Amino acid sequence: MGTLVDRRQAMDATAMRRAIRRLAHEIIERAPDLQRLALVGVRTRGVPLARRLQALIAEAEGVSPPVGELDITLYRDDVFDGLAIPEVRPTLLPFEVQGRAIVLVDDVLFTGRTTRAALDAVMDWGRPEHVRLAVLVDRGHRELPLHADFVGLTLETTRDESVRVRLVETDGEDRVDVRGREGAW
Amino acid sequence: MVRIRRHLLELARLSREDIVGLLDLADSFGGISRRPIKKVPTLRGRTVVNLFLEASTRTRSSFELAAKRLSADTLNISGGSSSVVKGETLLDTARNLAAYQPDIIVLRHGSAGAPHLLAQHIDASIVNAGDGLHEHPTQGLLDLLTIRQHKRRIEGLKVAIIGDIAHSRVARSGIVGLSRLGAEVVVCGPPTMLPPGIEALGCRATPRRDEAVADADVIMTLRIQKERLAEELFPSDREYAQRYGLDPAALKKAKPDCLVMHPGPVNRGVELHPAVADGPQSIILDQVTNGLSVRMAVLYHCAGGGEA
Repeated sequence: MGTLVDRRQAMDATAMRRAIRRLAHEIIERAPDLQRLALVGVRTRGVPLARRLQALIAEAEGVSPPVGELDITLYRDDVFDGLAIPEVRPTLLPFEVQGRAIVLVDDVLFTGRTTRAALDAVMDWGRPEHVRLAVLVDRGHRELPLHADFVGLTLETTRDESVRVRLVETDGEDRVDVRGREGAW
Repeated sequence: MVRIRRHLLELARLSREDIVGLLDLADSFGGISRRPIKKVPTLRGRTVVNLFLEASTRTRSSFELAAKRLSADTLNISGGSSSVVKGETLLDTARNLAAYQPDIIVLRHGSAGAPHLLAQHIDASIVNAGDGLHEHPTQGLLDLLTIRQHKRRIEGLKVAIIGDIAHSRVARSGIVGLSRLGAEVVVCGPPTMLPPGIEALGCRATPRRDEAVADADVIMTLRIQKERLAEELFPSDREYAQRYGLDPAALKKAKPDCLVMHPGPVNRGVELHPAVADGPQSIILDQVTNGLSVRMAVLYHCAGGGEA
């Protein structure tokens, strides 16, 4: 197996800004009641994405939905499969989950296993009215019957490629790249 | 990233990074106990055996609850009800339990080194819940976590440990953990309870309470085991309380924001004056809460560990 190299850029900063703005408007449009809306970012990069959506929703509608931070490590189905013990970060949901219209926010939707874990984690905090899923990139290859309600970009990828999302807040720049093994076209 | 360890036998084997990693992990687990559903599915299908061959209520219940909050199944075996009273050796008891394929055996035993023996012979992760006069590593970790939460640091703090240092595994794990994280540790007790050579663990020793307490950031008081009275290590409860008990007057000699700790159960009026035990500087119940978080972190860590 070669090392991972960038194959193509899928999004630059401008494209990302526009995609997130569109996601914010779609979330507003589909929200039954903005007062009950809450955004829950899946650590790590779902959290800054949720904060950007929060700011855009506040700018457009004058209502700032609360943002929660979800760490799904303890709900993963492969938590002990790796060579190292996964770090566990706190989950912070600073609002009542009961009766909320929750939008889970993640950077990439791939197999769906992270989303499955995130759903279980949210349910342990209460019974939301409904849960919807917003992702910046849907790259296909689902292993579970899950879909995203709000998608920034649908990307055609092969199973062995990887999608790397970089955000200003965590990585110093906004861009999305498709990466693959060197020499494994 | 915490280095993976299969067993938790003693703090003396852990590096500073290992300890800080476990404390960080425990901090994250603390949140689970404050949620509506106080349980995560992480250890679903795993089995934790609590083998407690010495009296213990709080450590055993803390380990049991920790395992349950991680969704593990638990099996509790305690001294009085075990076949050890019928003359079975520890290793035979453990081998029989191991035949059930448990993932983790938590052992409390009256002899130092008992968990190490199991670790060599049994194919399960072994967690030391107190072995003789040797160590009580999860107590050491929960004390560190509690201090860190209140003081935001361990390094540079002056910590006094007062009591029967010679017969205390809590003191031993405390000294090792605190000194590894850079605290200045002073141990104090009647000369009959100060073992010679204790300084080698990384502390100073003094038989004078006020010297130990002076300018302390944290005072850890230890339970006086009344059964030691028979060994004539101190003349009476009253005399111990006067000379080594922590009362409001003695506490005044420490820093004004000095924390007061005790591993429990407290002999009120002996090692700890009730006004101090219940006072604003006491963080004894935080220790109990953190004990649960620390044991969740340790079980999680050992369940995922590969190499010893």
